[in-house]
Amino acid sequence: MKTPIYLDHAATTPIRPEVAEVYMETMKTVPGNPSSVHSHGRAARKSVDDARQQLARSIHAEPSEIILTSGGTEADNLAVTGTVMSRSHLGKHIITTTIEHHAVLTTCEALEKNGFDVTYLPVDRNGRVTVQQVVEALREDTILVTIMYGNNEVGTVQPIEEIGQLLKGHQTLFHTDAVQAYGVLPLNVNELHVDLLSVSSHKVNGPKGVGFLYQRKGIDLFPIMHGGSQERKRRAGTENVPAIVAFAKAVQISANEQLEKAVRYSLFQTIMKDEFQQEKVEYEQTVEEGVPVLPHIFNVYFPGTDIESLLVNLDLDGVSVSSGSACTAGSLDPSHVLLAMFGEKSARLRSSVRFSFGYGLTEDDVQQAAKRIAHIVKRTVK
Amino acid sequence: MRIDKAKKDTRVVVGMSGGVDSSVAAYLLKKEGYEVIGIFMKNWDDTDEFGVCTATEDYEDVISVCNQIGIPYYAVNFEQQYWDKVFTYFLDEYKAGRTPNPDVMCNKEIKFKAFLEHAMNLGADFLATGHYARIAETEDGVSMLRGVDTNKDQTYFLNQLNQEQLSKVMFPIGDMEKSRVREIAEEAGLATAKKKDSTGICFIGERNFKDFLSNYLPAQQGDMKTMTGEKQGRHDGLMYYTIGQRHGLGIGGSGEPWFVIGKDLKTNTLLVGQGFHHDALYSNSLTATEVSFTTARTLPEAFKCTAKFRYRQPDTGVSVKMTGPTTAEVVFDTPVRAITPGQAVVFYDGDECLGGGTIDTVIKNGKTLDYVG
Repeated sequence: MKTPIYLDHAATTPIRPEVAEVYMETMKTVPGNPSSVHSHGRAARKSVDDARQQLARSIHAEPSEIILTSGGTEADNLAVTGTVMSRSHLGKHIITTTIEHHAVLTTCEALEKNGFDVTYLPVDRNGRVTVQQVVEALREDTILVTIMYGNNEVGTVQPIEEIGQLLKGHQTLFHTDAVQAYGVLPLNVNELHVDLLSVSSHKVNGPKGVGFLYQRKGIDLFPIMHGGSQERKRRAGTENVPAIVAFAKAVQISANEQLEKAVRYSLFQTIMKDEFQQEKVEYEQTVEEGVPVLPHIFNVYFPGTDIESLLVNLDLDGVSVSSGSACTAGSLDPSHVLLAMFGEKSARLRSSVRFSFGYGLTEDDVQQAAKRIAHIVKRTVK
Repeated sequence: MRIDKAKKDTRVVVGMSGGVDSSVAAYLLKKEGYEVIGIFMKNWDDTDEFGVCTATEDYEDVISVCNQIGIPYYAVNFEQQYWDKVFTYFLDEYKAGRTPNPDVMCNKEIKFKAFLEHAMNLGADFLATGHYARIAETEDGVSMLRGVDTNKDQTYFLNQLNQEQLSKVMFPIGDMEKSRVREIAEEAGLATAKKKDSTGICFIGERNFKDFLSNYLPAQQGDMKTMTGEKQGRHDGLMYYTIGQRHGLGIGGSGEPWFVIGKDLKTNTLLVGQGFHHDALYSNSLTATEVSFTTARTLPEAFKCTAKFRYRQPDTGVSVKMTGPTTAEVVFDTPVRAITPGQAVVFYDGDECLGGGTIDTVIKNGKTLDYVG
């Protein structure tokens, strides 16, 4: 078996050694519960508060606006359910898109069953929604607009800042799921005019099981986790201290590398494209050139291939990648993102692969992987 | 030799259902040193309103077992192909008043066609399954032999496979008794060691057959009559009954129990008679369609062998005469009870399964029994 090359950094990222070190160190040296009224508790509280400051700074927010959660999914759930529950007296209408992460989509579907009214905005063939679409969907009783920052499958970046501007005069709150964008693009909640923003640690080389929701000061949020009074009564449960501290460390590192990453990942894309061209592999970039995308996500359509066979072949040949479709237990749900972009009849639904780049990947790895991919695509194409 | 390279360089895809048989098949191959890949096939979606689906549970077991064995695992979806090739056939046969055998069709069209092709696309040298059957290499090719566990032998369901398919197939547990398979699973501590065997047709599972079928085919109630036209009550729909069946008729009274003898589609009548050995249930010969051969041997136009007309039935001596490229007439040495159109007739020479076909018409003393349908 060849050494596997990991091109699935949008699924999760490896923890950086310096982050793992902080993680271990905190586990060993900070045993207390941040809510306790003794020295152990205070030490833990200080660790969490320092981390919170770091995290707040990364998006230009105040520490009190950061609600630590178990990850991106919980942050999304809290953002959506928490706000609409506290604002149902103002209306029942939610606006979202058809290409959100399932953490948002299924939450919206669950709310629909509980009497809320959800508008799912369609996207164009590049996965974009327009400001105009949001304007048209907006109603007097709209209480939440939730639109993801950058898509996890195809990478398309939405005009969040423009939408945020537009919504300023309206009663609605504005949430963005920035799980994929965080760490690769600069995010400033004030410029974006968002009220809520979700992020996750394990997408930025931090540990799994931690994330946060930014919640603009003055907004009411109905908690979805009940219990103790942690996180200013917005999220009960003892803080995952070592993971939070390690998360902050990961964020601190990634903040300094954003520009470098963008350049590097664009080089990786070029390497792959060159290899495909040289090997005469037929391919198309899923999102057209010129559309703003997350630099680490490279979604490619290989006409004539079958995704089920392609992913397995790539794995057996040592290339770890994903498609958007949920493949658990062989359920054949095509990617809802590609479906929204191209319609159910499109061959792209069964022939597109997501490559995603990240920490630790070298030009050599990418070159190697591209060779293996080209070989397999040529062998299996029909 | 079928295997022309080192075992470690021989890639074998194992079709894993999440049951004990395929788990042990994968385990044994891995132990022998092959490069083994476990693949779960999803052919049917029975997700209920709570999102629970049998396939999810089974796939969880596949994952556990593959992790225990140390092999990669994947899933593949053949719902569309299964619907088109197996389920549509299944319903059509019922509509025609026959009793289909979806397992035979599934092996022919899905497991050893679509799935085999998928395995080959993954660079596999062989496809292995947990069937109770054996493959033996002969001078001309391969033979498919009955499984050693005669009670479990599954060659009946594999009768439509051809040499090309069989040459790429392995049945690692075919030379074992079921009890031994369980033992191996327990010794190896496999997660599925104590899992209950699945029963019935895969897409119906443990559900009530009548309820299931009524979701797809309209049931038309009608009369139950004896062969001489006496009315004996009502039936729930002809498709719910099969030839020779005793249970569920609901006819009381004195004398011997009642059995299904035939169906008259035109008048929607179920023909019934008293006594397990009712004369009308017996026949001497049949015609078969879709006759194909598993054996590498070239058989003469007419030959003698033994045959099974349903699963787990003892063999009967027969004379087979080919009447066309894929049709045959099969004459029984002694009269056979309850031959059922739509089921398979499968030929054997000793332990070797020669092939088989689909029972089309049933003949008694030179006369086609129109009532058996």
